[in-house]
Order: sequence, then structure tokens, then C-alpha cells
Amino acid sequence: MPATKLCFHTVKDLRKALLNREISAVELVDASYKRIEEVEDNVQAFISLTKDLAYKTAKEVDERIKINADIPPLAGIPIAVKDVICTKGYTTTGGSKILENFVPPYNATVAKKLEENMIPIIGKANLDEFAMGSSNENSAFSIAKNPWNFKMVPGGSSGGSAVAVSSGETVISLGTDTGGSIRLPASFCGVVGMKPTYGRVSRFGLMAYASSLDQIGPFGRCVEDVALTLQAISGYDNMDSTSINIPVPDYSATLHHDIKGLRIGVISEMLGEGTNPEVKEAILNSIKIYENLGAKIEEISIPHNQYAIATYYIIAMAEASANLARYDGVKYGHRSKDAKNIMDMYMNSRAEGFGDEVKRRIMLGTYTLSSGYYDAYYKKAQQVRALIKKDFDKAWEKVDLLISPTCPTTAFEIGSKISDPLSMYLMDIGTITANLAGIPGISLPCGFDSANLPIGIQLTGPVLSEEIMLRAAYNFEQSTDFHKANPAI
Amino acid sequence: MPEITQEIRDKYETVIGLEVHAQLKTKSKIFCNSATEFGQEHNSQVCPVCLGYPGVLPVLNKKVLEYAILTGLALNCEIARHSKFDRKQYFYPDLPKNYQISQYDMPVCKNGHIYINGKKIRINRAHLEEDAGKLVHAGATGLAGSTYSLVDYNRTGVPLLEIVSEPEISSPEEARIYMEELRNIVRYLGVCDGNLEEGSLRCDANVSIRPLGQIELGTKAEIKNMNSFKALQRAIEYEVERQIELVEHGERVVQETRLWKEDEGITISMRSKEEAHDYRYFPEPDLVPMEISAEWVHRIRETMPELPAEKRQRYISELGLSEYDADILVNSMEMAFFFDSVIELKTNVKTAVNWLMGDITAYLKENKTTIDKTELTPESLAEMLNLIDKGIISNAIAKKIVIQVLENGGNVEEMVEKQGLSVISDESSIKDTIKKILESNPEQVERYKSGKPQLFGFFVGQVMKETGGRANPETVNRLLKEELAPC
Ligand SMILES: [Zn+2]
Repeated sequence: MPATKLCFHTVKDLRKALLNREISAVELVDASYKRIEEVEDNVQAFISLTKDLAYKTAKEVDERIKINADIPPLAGIPIAVKDVICTKGYTTTGGSKILENFVPPYNATVAKKLEENMIPIIGKANLDEFAMGSSNENSAFSIAKNPWNFKMVPGGSSGGSAVAVSSGETVISLGTDTGGSIRLPASFCGVVGMKPTYGRVSRFGLMAYASSLDQIGPFGRCVEDVALTLQAISGYDNMDSTSINIPVPDYSATLHHDIKGLRIGVISEMLGEGTNPEVKEAILNSIKIYENLGAKIEEISIPHNQYAIATYYIIAMAEASANLARYDGVKYGHRSKDAKNIMDMYMNSRAEGFGDEVKRRIMLGTYTLSSGYYDAYYKKAQQVRALIKKDFDKAWEKVDLLISPTCPTTAFEIGSKISDPLSMYLMDIGTITANLAGIPGISLPCGFDSANLPIGIQLTGPVLSEEIMLRAAYNFEQSTDFHKANPAI
Repeated sequence: MPEITQEIRDKYETVIGLEVHAQLKTKSKIFCNSATEFGQEHNSQVCPVCLGYPGVLPVLNKKVLEYAILTGLALNCEIARHSKFDRKQYFYPDLPKNYQISQYDMPVCKNGHIYINGKKIRINRAHLEEDAGKLVHAGATGLAGSTYSLVDYNRTGVPLLEIVSEPEISSPEEARIYMEELRNIVRYLGVCDGNLEEGSLRCDANVSIRPLGQIELGTKAEIKNMNSFKALQRAIEYEVERQIELVEHGERVVQETRLWKEDEGITISMRSKEEAHDYRYFPEPDLVPMEISAEWVHRIRETMPELPAEKRQRYISELGLSEYDADILVNSMEMAFFFDSVIELKTNVKTAVNWLMGDITAYLKENKTTIDKTELTPESLAEMLNLIDKGIISNAIAKKIVIQVLENGGNVEEMVEKQGLSVISDESSIKDTIKKILESNPEQVERYKSGKPQLFGFFVGQVMKETGGRANPETVNRLLKEELAPC
């Protein structure tokens, strides 16, 4: 494989090469940047590159290897970090004009963990503005392109993170998932993406979109890489009150165990009318693979699934309207020039700084929280959310994991849905229930449609079921070849 | 303002409810580690969390909750088993996130009460929230007329307990007393400085009037910006008169927020109900709901100090103090604590009260300080009182000693010995002095003897002066009478 394609290797192989001194960490970072030079014009996965940071970390790794000192499992492995995660001293834009020049004076907890694990951050990945979107078209800077077909969206909101891995710019990446923002782009770009249990990964330093739904998670080219990355970023954080204080299991230790007798439910509502036939076929094939692996398949109903989209968008927009109030031009970020008074300053700064979709969500969120509407919208949505949680709790009495298409379709054309927000919101139908219920979910490649666009299958499971979920994903992956296919760029 | 006669006034009843914000004096802020100290350099006690930077998260300072529970217990409140925080949303530059983390429908404390002068005032709730920053306007004292404004975020995120009374206070004076008692309580608990001038204790008053006998409440105005107890009473007095006058002239009271202007002694309209905010409250998703165990509440209750009302009662019924004296002592917490310590040293209660309320209070007032900041210790005062009781020093000498000790401290007994301040009871020595005085004042002696007995005091004074106040007054009186007696 040519030097610029080093990032297509697995973590395991690269680590071996590093420890055997076949390559150095600096060479690996070089390879990553060379690959970026090669493909970035076409894919636009990054908003900014953090070369100083990447080389500083890589040199540290090389120093340690030189003296035969231990290095953490992911040391030297190039990673892309979604640009909504704060990196101390490095511009973090949130994909928004309003924070175009914002340099955080602190690290997000996950950024700190990457540093501790000596994982070189290659750059800040493209995204929909403040993680609001399903296509990456809402980025204030550029639209990331699907490496399988540049005319297609990579999915969103963590589009850049999925693209960086899919096109071999980095080995792994971090994204965030509020309604499917990791799993959807993973599915569209043919990589593995996981949204952990709410509270498993600290949200400190993640620019909040919808606080009760947001969760940081990993992308990788294979399940093992995702397991290793999740390991590195998980754990209790006393800076995040919603963080779970339960020890993190060793995810990769049990990956290769079999899944005989595992009970897997198929969400009946997710294979109905709205699902593209080619996607449906790929899922049915996948179910057969699981049967062959010894899993017991059962049909499961999540009756309140039909209310999930409405519930999700009410809660997410309400929280977003409050979370984004701080971007007002007073303390940091874009401040409109020539404002004559404080009201002008607020209104002009926000009007100039935010994009259309962000404005739409702030307005809708503000509306649903307004006096007289709270009970009808926000409160009711929280009640439905509780019912959805209950549906899942009932499901876990019968099965260990649930299976469904990550998205009812494969990647769609850039521009085809941008003027129709509702049809865009429907892209999240398969993923948002996991956020509403706070449970983990993973998307992995399970086929291609007739246009050679990747199809993703999603596994969801009870709270803190990451270990068994990763094992089920690994078993599937090892008996298929979908993850071995690379886009021809 | 035109005269409202007492007769007109008597036709109305005043209804007042107070919303009191007490800054809880924890070392760090409610949701971050920044310090809370007052009067520091602008924006020196801030961090990304209290500045509302992107991605930061609040973490509750548990001490804040403990203080809220302690205060709730002192106010006879029910302490919630489950409580939560909510976001109260409005845009203002002193509010970095443009929402305040507060409590909406599940306050930590509710349904309490306190007694003031025997009257029960119910407390609706006491809830926690974060304080906002302070605007510093350039070129004017307020926003109006200023050329630009700066924000000091030091106060942002300082914990506040908002204590909301029921509208059961029925006069401006009662409002002041209620506020004074709340101040006493939070100070005795050690949870708040209770400083109205510095703003560690703040108060908004909801004021309305209604014709005597009417059940439904009149339209209220909310009065803000009272920075002293006196201002609180005056502002409400003014507001009541204003409302009575409006109603007497056939006009309506408008529901609005009004600002007390201390210099002019009036309230002015700040914003009307129509301009009032829709705060769009919703549960704070970045904080988990609080579970408060009965066991924890019990442990906090066990740390409850003697409260002002209990202390007042004890002073009256156990120590025999007058209501007036008890009140004054209790209302000055440092003095009450000092008094308690002096009493523990087995001194005479009456003498101790007299000294504390007399010379010592006068000194403190003159020097604008409190007793705990002087050099006087309960031990040194007790020692001095004992020396007086034993007749070793005179009252006159003690008056000098106490000032010395207040200023410089020191051991009273040593001081008496070294400076030779003990009472002179030696008769021959006093007699010598008397003779000397009489000899050098022949004129006065003559006048005394020819029927001016009031000059006796003059001779006593001279003798005391000559002995530096040390002569035993009784001995001086007796010997003087003997010497001046007609031969
Ligand atoms: Zn702070």
C-alpha cells in the first residue's frame, strides 16, 4: 500500500508496525496529512488542521518507543475530532460563523483523554452547524462530500468525521450523536460509528446542541478500532453531572467471543413502507447472517416509534434554543459592527452569525417553551419520551439487542432535501429513539445499493450494553466483507 | 405629594410580600470552583463555566445545598426529598448564558414560617439559584445616558437562596422587622453575611393596598433597589401613600416593577407587566435531579445553632434581661456571641449588659466597628468586671481600662498592677489628699460652710482628680464630710 494510504490499516496493524519500528508515529501523521492533500479538495472533511498538535503528540510517541517505554493502545494513531469538541488553543468553530475565530482556553474532557492516550489530533472535522443537520449541508464553511460519490451527502451532522475515516485521511475519528449524527454518516459512508450510552462519555467541552441527547462517540473502519477508541474516551468525569460513575469494561477483550444464543429483536416498525427495498433486503440478509452465527431472532414492536421524530425535534429544539442563547456577541465569538445599543448588538450578531437551520431550530424551540405552549409541546414530548423508554425496557425483557436499518435510505444527492426540512428530519427515524431512551447504538456496513452506496445496519441495546453490542457487531463483521471495501478515491 | 390624612389611610389595608435574596457564603460558586470573595478586582474570580463558555457544564457545589437545607430548617420549612434545577431564560449582558439556573416548581424548601413580634409570617418557598454579574456603566450612574457599559462577572454564579414570603406582612415597619429577623437568622446560621449595602442580602417588595375588609388582593407593584433596612421601610411607606392617592383619585394601580430612588425618596416605574419576561422555564438538563435523604437532613438539623428567637427568649426568661436589652443584643450578632461568652465566665449578668450596652457600644459606634474586630476578649471583660465587683478598681478607672483594652488588648490585672490603678482605701493617705485640697481652695470651703452644700461634689471631684480616680469613693465621701463638718 502506498505511503499516503497508511490510514486504511487497522489500529492493530499500525500499532504492530509502530512497536516493530517499521514506521514511526511522525511518519504516520505525515501519511495522514499527505492523504489529506490528495483527497481533501474533493471530500472537505476538515474545517481546520492541527499540525502542531499532531506532530507534538507523534514525537512524544516516538520518543517513548525509542526508549522502549510503554505506550497506550492508540498512541500515534491519527484521529479527526468533530469541530464541536473544544481543543485548548486550537480554533473550535462548531461549524458556525458565530464562532469562526473562537479558540477555547480549555480542553474538552475527551480531548484531554486523547492527549493522555497520546493520540495525535490531525484536525477538526466538518459538521452541520452546531451539529444540527443530517447531511452536513448546514456547515457554515463547506459541505463535506461522500467519498463513495462526491455528488452525495456524507450524512450528518458528524459528516466530516465519517468522511475522514472513510477516505483514509485518518484511522479513527470522534463525532457526536444527538439524533443519529454518528450512526447516519457512518451508514452513508460505509464505516463503523457508535453512539455510547448517555453519560458513558463526558460531555464537558462539547458545545451543547441538545444536552439531554448529546453524546460523543467514535468512528472507525472496523469494530475493533471503534471498541479501542471508545475505551480511550469513556469513563466518569466529575465535570459532567450526567456522567455515569460505573467502571468501563475492557471492550476489545471479549470481541471475538461467539454470540450463540444471543437474542436479537427485529424492530417491525422499521422494515415497513418508508424503507427503501434495497436497504430492506440488506437488513434481511444481515438477519440471516446473525441466525447463522447462532443468534435467536424475534420480531419486536416499539409502538411509540411513530411519535419519535416529533418528540425528538421538540425536545432537541427546546434545549437548543437555550443552549445557543450564550452566543450573543458579548463575551466571545462574532459581534456585529455598528450596533447602536445592546438589543441591536444581540440581534445583528446572531442574525449574521447563525445559519438558517440553526435559526429555524432556535425559533421553534423558543416557541415550544413559551408560556401557554409548554404543556402542549415540551411537557408532552417528555411524557412520550418516557413511553418510548418503557417500550425499550419491555423489549429488553425478551431480547438482548435490537436490529434495524440505520437509515431507511442510502446517501442522497447534495441539495435534494435542503429546502425540505421535514423530509430531512425523517432521515433520523431509525436512530433518534436510541437518543430519546439514552441507550447505545452502533451502525456498521451491511451492503451496497445498486448505485454502489453503502448501507448500514444498526444495533441498539440496553443502557451500558456496549460490550455485548460490540461483540455482536464484531461477529457480524468477521463473517462479511463489506468493511473491507474502500471508496475508489 | 399631596396630603393623605390618617382618616383616609385608615380606610385601607396594606399587603406586603417580600422576596429576599441571600448570597450564601460558600468559598466557591454554586456551579464552578471560582472564588466568591466580595470586592475583588473586576473579572478576577471567573472561569469558563461561570462565563458561559461553549461546552462547559455546571456541577452543583454540595455545600450550597447544605446551606439551603439548614436555612430551610431554621425557617421551619419542609425540605424537599426530590428537587431539581430549571433554566430561567432572558437576555441580559450580566447573564453569560442568557439563562439563569434557578428552581421553578420543585424548590429545596417550602411552606415555612417565622414569628415577628409574636405574629406568624408564612414563607412560601426558598429556592436556590445563581447570581448574575454586575454592569458598570461609563459616563453615567445607570444605563441611561451612559456611553458604554462593561460587565464584571465576579458575582456571576455566586449562590443565592431566594426566600419568598406569603403576602402577610401588613405594614412597612413590619416589613423592616421581618427583613431584620431574616438577616439575623442567616447570620446566626453563618450562611450569609447579611450585608444590605454590599448586596449580600437583597430584597424586593410586592406592595398592594385594599379597602379594609376586602378579601381579594389589590394590584401589586414590585419595588426594587432598597439597600438598607431604613430604605426598605421608607420605600414601602412611599409606595403605600402613592397607591392610596391613586385609588382616592379614582385611578387604578398598575401592575409593574418600580425602582426606589434613595436620593429623591420616591419610587419610579421601571417596566410594566406587558413588558414582563416570558422566562420559558424548563428543567436544567445538565444537572441531575437532587435526592435529599431524611438522614442527611437530620444530620444537618443537628448542627443547628441557637437561633435569634431562641436566644432572645433565653435572655429574657433565663437571664432576666428586659425585652429591649435582649432585642438589642440579639440584633447585633457579634455582641450576642460576646455576651454569651462573658456570661459563661460566671460574671454578673446585669453588669455585663450595662458595660456592653453602655461604654462598649458607644466606642463601637464611634469607631464604626463590631466587637469581634476589637482587641477586647470575653476573658478580659470578665476579669475587669470581677475587679470592679471586688472593689479593686473603681468604675471610673474601669471606663479608662476598657477603652485601652478595646484598642490594644492586654491583661487587665497586669495593667491595674503595673499602672497602679487599684483603688486607694488607705484612710490616712486619702485624708492627706483631702487636707491638701481644702487648703488650696479656702474660698470654696468658706462658701460651703456658709450654706452652699452643693459644693460637696466639687471637693469629691478634686480629690478623685488628685488620685487619678483611684480613691475609694465611699471613703472619700465619709472623710470629706468629717473634714468639712463645723468644728
Ligand atoms: Zn467559575
